[in-house]
Amino acid sequence: MNRTVARLSAQALFGSRRGIVLMLIPGALLVLSVIVRVLTDAEIGLEVAVGLGFTLALPLVALLAATAVLGPEIDDGSVVYLLSKPVSRHVIAVSKYAAAWAATMVLGALPLLLSGLVLDPSEMGQAVALGVGAAVAGTAYCALFIGLAALTRHAVVIGLLFTLLWEGALGGVFGGVKWVSIGPWGREVASWVSPLVDPVGLGVTYALVATILVTVASVWFTGDRLRSFTLRGDE
Amino acid sequence: MSVLSLDQTSRWYGNVVAVNGVSMTVRPGVTGLLGPNGAGKTTLIALMSGFLSPSAGAVTLDGVALWRHTDAYRSIGLVPERELSFGYLTGRQFVLANAELHGLDDPGAATERALEVVEMTEPAARRIGTYSKGMRQRVKLASALVHDPSVLLLDEPFNGVDPRQRLHLMSLLRRMGSDGRTVLFSSHILEEVEQVARQIEVVVSGRHAASGDFGQIRRLMTDRPVQYVVVADDDRRLATALIAEPSVVAVSLRSDGGVDVSVSDFGSFAVRLPLVARRHGIRILELTPTDESLESVFAYLVGGDR
Repeated sequence: MNRTVARLSAQALFGSRRGIVLMLIPGALLVLSVIVRVLTDAEIGLEVAVGLGFTLALPLVALLAATAVLGPEIDDGSVVYLLSKPVSRHVIAVSKYAAAWAATMVLGALPLLLSGLVLDPSEMGQAVALGVGAAVAGTAYCALFIGLAALTRHAVVIGLLFTLLWEGALGGVFGGVKWVSIGPWGREVASWVSPLVDPVGLGVTYALVATILVTVASVWFTGDRLRSFTLRGDE
Repeated sequence: MSVLSLDQTSRWYGNVVAVNGVSMTVRPGVTGLLGPNGAGKTTLIALMSGFLSPSAGAVTLDGVALWRHTDAYRSIGLVPERELSFGYLTGRQFVLANAELHGLDDPGAATERALEVVEMTEPAARRIGTYSKGMRQRVKLASALVHDPSVLLLDEPFNGVDPRQRLHLMSLLRRMGSDGRTVLFSSHILEEVEQVARQIEVVVSGRHAASGDFGQIRRLMTDRPVQYVVVADDDRRLATALIAEPSVVAVSLRSDGGVDVSVSDFGSFAVRLPLVARRHGIRILELTPTDESLESVFAYLVGGDR
């Protein structure tokens, strides 16, 4: 972990327009939760919030944060200023991941906990479970997307396709998709923390092991890509 | 004192050869890497800075291969051509971050020292986004100098920099060179390179075309056959008169009027042409060099048997 890299990444996160969008997503989720809470009864409301929060808000925040700390720098080549230093590429990858992860926790997982509290204030345990589940899923999302950003300049598009098409649309139709989707892993962990959250049926061990595997592999891959970074001219 | 060497280095991307069998040794002092745009200068600098793996051959700094050798950056300072995209940082924050990344004992002091060298102490409190091109170049240079490297690589450092700042940058580079650093910078302008570099390496189309001090390179570039088209009121008589001149190598008539003249020594040709025309009572209507572009100069160097 290199603090300078993490600090620079945080500055890149909030020094750009992306930072504002990043703030808007949890804001919208909370506003929506309040509206749903006023208009409907708790049961249905929670379903909606969990659905939207887990399948849309959380992955979007992770995607924006993870691509913001790496994507633009690789695209315009300015990552070369970080790489022309005697610092291990894996340390750089971990530090960048840490910055994106912190943003995902604060702007992705915490709002889900708050949303759970707004929708059903009597069930504290349920809200905490949602927050923990979101933290687990956010950890894996963030790593997967930073790996994508290291792999291709189209990371945002591919990340969106993964969340909306694979996890969202296909995940809704084919049950098997849940084994290779990050959102359900988080929900499985949430159901393990509080029985009030419905389990997905993967088993908490599988969910945790899969999360750790994806996270470690993606961050390691990011470092490996940085080792092979190639400087190109403007032509 | 550090020595960068390329030994029969090639780099290709698929079918495209960017650098073709280049061998050169870059020693302490200022070396200019001269070549037209697209000649492979950036590719060479990428190879020399460890940001590109050679497809064949070797690139070494003091005998150690550079590709994926992270520790080499302790002795390399790199100023890439790319624009700084850290517009939201101040110049000082940016240089300080570079100092911290190098793990220096006192990054703050190193930052101030580097800013002082490039004379950016005063504007360093402003955001990089507000800087002029010359100021950005100087901040980039400060960030590359912050760890006092023995090798300094600069890709087109004078591009887009106004004349006054350019003079300042040039004297900085000369000073770095006379301090014993190994300084290499790329440029496509001969005059620019001449003013700073002791040693000049010319690359054209990915090949090492020539090498020498600026006097040698200048002679190579001027003592070459030059082509002119001369249009006169009597082309045939002019051609007859010109072929008698020792400086003229070949003459041919154009079907649409005019004479193609190949000249070996264009200095004496410039003196002789008006005299010849006057003696024979021929009126010269037009005189056009046909290959004066820098590319043709380089093309000549590549075609030569060197």
